[in-house]
Amino acid sequence: MDLVRKLRGTNNEGVLALVLLGLIVAMSIANPTFFTLNTGFSILRSSIVPVIFALGVLIVVITGGIDVSFAAIAIFAGYSTVTFCLSAGFDPGLPGIFLIAIAVGAALGLINGVVIARFNLPTLIVTLGTQGIFFGAMYTYVGATYYADLPKSMADLATSNLFDITTDIGRAYLHVLVVPVLVLCLAVGWMLKRTMFGRSLYAIGGDIEAARRAGFQVKRTQISVYMLVGALAAIAGVIHIVLSRSANPRDLVGGELDIIAAVILGGAAIFGGRGSVTGTVLGVLLVQVIKNSLLLVGVPSAWLRTAVGVLLVVGVGIQAIAARRDARRMRVIQDLDTEQKTEQEMAS
Amino acid sequence: MPALRDVSIDLIPGEVHCLAGENGCGKSTLIKIISGAERPDSGEIIIDGVSFDHINAHAAIQGGIQVIYQDFSLFPNLTVAENIVLTAEVAGGRRLYSARSVRPRAAAIIQELDLDLDLDREVGSLSVADKQLTAICRALVNDARAIIMDEPTTALTHTEVSRLFALVERLRARGVALMFVSHKLEEVLAISQRLTIMRSGQRVVSGPTSDFDQRSISHHMTGRQVDESRVVSELDASAPLALEVSNLSLAGAFRDISFQLRRGEILGVTGLLGSGRTEIAEALFGVTPADAGEIRVGGEVATIRTIQDAVRAGIGYVPEDRLSQGLFLNKSIADNIVAASLNSHRTRWGMLSRTATAATIKRFFTGLKINAPHAEAPVRTLSGGNAQRVVLAKWLATAPTVLMLNGPTVGVDIGSKEEILELLRGEAGTGMSVIIISDDAPELVASCHRVLVIRNGRLTHVLDGDQISVDTIQERMSA
Repeated sequence: MDLVRKLRGTNNEGVLALVLLGLIVAMSIANPTFFTLNTGFSILRSSIVPVIFALGVLIVVITGGIDVSFAAIAIFAGYSTVTFCLSAGFDPGLPGIFLIAIAVGAALGLINGVVIARFNLPTLIVTLGTQGIFFGAMYTYVGATYYADLPKSMADLATSNLFDITTDIGRAYLHVLVVPVLVLCLAVGWMLKRTMFGRSLYAIGGDIEAARRAGFQVKRTQISVYMLVGALAAIAGVIHIVLSRSANPRDLVGGELDIIAAVILGGAAIFGGRGSVTGTVLGVLLVQVIKNSLLLVGVPSAWLRTAVGVLLVVGVGIQAIAARRDARRMRVIQDLDTEQKTEQEMAS
Repeated sequence: MPALRDVSIDLIPGEVHCLAGENGCGKSTLIKIISGAERPDSGEIIIDGVSFDHINAHAAIQGGIQVIYQDFSLFPNLTVAENIVLTAEVAGGRRLYSARSVRPRAAAIIQELDLDLDLDREVGSLSVADKQLTAICRALVNDARAIIMDEPTTALTHTEVSRLFALVERLRARGVALMFVSHKLEEVLAISQRLTIMRSGQRVVSGPTSDFDQRSISHHMTGRQVDESRVVSELDASAPLALEVSNLSLAGAFRDISFQLRRGEILGVTGLLGSGRTEIAEALFGVTPADAGEIRVGGEVATIRTIQDAVRAGIGYVPEDRLSQGLFLNKSIADNIVAASLNSHRTRWGMLSRTATAATIKRFFTGLKINAPHAEAPVRTLSGGNAQRVVLAKWLATAPTVLMLNGPTVGVDIGSKEEILELLRGEAGTGMSVIIISDDAPELVASCHRVLVIRNGRLTHVLDGDQISVDTIQERMSA
């Protein structure tokens, strides 16, 4: 029983892993080209940016909030960094580029955080608003030009692969940027589990008033959370530009649904207080595999958004139904407990 | 008017000090000041001889003061172990956290108090009593030397209360100073060594508990001799049935509830918080309809799936939380009075008749002695007792066959309480049937012909005649 519970995971990660595995097996049977190193590597490559975004969304969702401005922050930070480097005509190197972008992203996140914490406003509405503001500001002040050539350091990174294997159906690449994503996952996972900051996120998501009474600095934490999301989004933005080998200001915004769906499917509770990095990564992989499989079986790409939308509703639905069932079961258990006690008392 | 005026209270190690008083007497404000959640205008807080003019939440915890709130302030999504140690970790200014290394500390406290708590369970899945124990353990991990418990017994069963009291004795032996905030007189007398009674923001009296008895406590709490004697009209045994409920069930809430209500009868429905008493009322009113059973109003089967169905069948309901559910706070008293009965104030052409509404408003505004300058005053400005009269007026204006009231006198001062009960007796006298849902035993004794006791969603006892006494009701309610 305990083993089953452990394998299932606190947020049903086990169930999710099983679904993912089942899907992969089913797809491999249906279409032999699916189960190849090429597909595997390409799914991993296409998951790099979503996983980073999802880590950010996970952090906010755990505190009971939501951020829909992350894509706008990502493209703002990434695109303006590239614009800056190209127009100033100098290449600060990869660390420099990431640092500039992270600073921009964190600053935009700070705006979100301050507005939300200071005025105690609903997170969805605020970030929906700032999403428009950030995007519009980028078009107005940074520009809307499409850059086909990136600074050299970024262009070089674009073609660096960890593995480059020739298989019988072509060459399979595993991009080197999979490594920093892995590092980020471990870092966020460690932060959530092993730091007081991480625990305070769960506490705030569990009961914000209780967190305040327990002595957590709720407002400060909230602001840090949105800055962190901004910083993560900025990293994702730069990586996206690197992977697409061009800087297009029209990218990313509009793809928020995929990320939020993945995080919710990954077991993070939309009401806050629950969620894990493992679940989130599984959620992202599941969404990517489903999108990939749908394409392989010939579903028109227009239907992909529909599929992801359905996944999001199903994910939220499962959570709500499970919560309701637990509440009922608890009552029944207490009912039985009391009945037994009363019987014992009557017998004695 | 200040919430508190010149209140002094001492907490002594190894002693239980009870703070008693009616709702709104300033008890919660006092706790908030002691715990650092609110700042006093004047006065001092002395901890171990060191005087502060005010303290913040952090300083209060460092000074060893722990408040166990009525809602426990626990984190439902975290385990028992983490809930117990987390605040201590925050207070200690830690940056890192290790679930494995804090566990022994939580385990030690549980063992020391000889409790049966599963450290790895999520708090959200615990019973109310176990949540309270978790909160107490948390207070002790923080080296609490003074523990303040706000209404700790409200949601506990009889056995759970005695277990809590045994634990309180153990805490006393450890030299912890305890403060019990309660308005339940028997408990006050049973557990405390010292007693302070407050009324309208002031300390009325303070002294050893042995100097008081129930009568003198209630006298000090209310400031008058309270007449809570039983005044019940003779019920005509041949009066027709107004409401018949048979085998009403709602999964997870209540099961097989059957009872009958005669015209002119006042029926009490009682039980602990979470026993299902409110759910039954809400099912009869169509808020969360029952999933099995039959309801007859005036002999005819009524299918109640929505609130509209219930109103059409002639059922009125005054909810528990009248501020959010029963009133339009920013609207005038007049508008609120006719809010539920607009249909019966229509002219022939379907327009609202001004003369008819004015007559109704006047009838209830004066008839119910609503204490306000005029009927156009917004309801927000009224006191609890007067606001409750407006809710009553609203439903009385619809002339329901059956009127259900949930906690009709919660947060209402004793004087208004008497008058509201008198009003209900009057309405019952004219043939209306009344259901009072309440855990206030004296109120039920004072006004009800019969009392139904609900326990764990089942109707366990029907009390009538001489069986209706405060003791019997409380005993049956929580056994």
